[in-house]
Amino acid sequence: MKVIAIASVGGHWVQLLRLRPAFEGSELIFVSTKPDFAKMVEGSKFYAVADASRWDKMKLIKSFFDVFGIIRREKPDVVITTGAAPGLMGLISAKILGKRTIWVDSIANVEELSMSGKIASKFASRVYTQWPQLATDKILFAGNILS
Amino acid sequence: MIFVTIGTQAPFDRLIKAIDEIAPQLNGERVVAQVFESSYQVKNLETVGFLSPDEFNTYFDEARLVVAHAGMGTIISALTQAKPLLILPRLASMGEHRNDHQIATAKKMQDLGYVQVAFDEQELVSKLLKMSAGANGSAASPQIRKVASDTLISSVRGYIFSNK
Repeated sequence: MKVIAIASVGGHWVQLLRLRPAFEGSELIFVSTKPDFAKMVEGSKFYAVADASRWDKMKLIKSFFDVFGIIRREKPDVVITTGAAPGLMGLISAKILGKRTIWVDSIANVEELSMSGKIASKFASRVYTQWPQLATDKILFAGNILS
Repeated sequence: MIFVTIGTQAPFDRLIKAIDEIAPQLNGERVVAQVFESSYQVKNLETVGFLSPDEFNTYFDEARLVVAHAGMGTIISALTQAKPLLILPRLASMGEHRNDHQIATAKKMQDLGYVQVAFDEQELVSKLLKMSAGANGSAASPQIRKVASDTLISSVRGYIFSNK
């Protein structure tokens, strides 16, 4: 099983790393927005891509093509992200390329899913919230990245 | 040492200014603050800019108390080390974030007993004075382990390896 795990700098990345036991035994590739982070995932292939937010369309397009290129080249079975915009770009790319997709919404989103999470929930194969009150029949709650 | 961190995304002058003004009352304790893209002139703090993960960890480990925005990266780092943490949520109305989700995050983290929260600068100052006067660990965060909950890991893992 080949997995690409994507998260941008900050809390998203910290949360993604806490999911690592879920990927054990897969061929794992990390993607983030800070080249420095390669050191934190030694033993796995690592790509840095342009950071972007949904508020900066040009950077978003650059981020999309960066991520799309990686996914087309690496041909993973699954792409998983904890956000934010570059992760959404990854899921959109994976969807276009026919791969399975998992969105784990940040634990910071207590009252509603993030905007990117809402977009992802329209097409991702699996969407998780980390708060039981936000779960629906399509948005799963199975615990959180704390513990 | 007290470490003040504002994450990686945007300046947070309201936090920096409040700490800068109260710093002289902290009995000479060293205060290191992460400051970037700031329009506020710091007077009483030792400042650092963007930090590599290693540099960040060095300051974070050394600090006996951390003051921060309500970012999950910082909150999780504090919880994995049981480091006392005081957070001030960023406000959209002050241009500090795109929305007010940090208020809800902070409230939830406070309700769960994970961190100390200040909702404005006055509360920040009074809580900081109280926490810094206490013995080490007087407001320690509960310690969490290094990975997500077993149920979340097994659910994600089950799906990844399901080949559906």
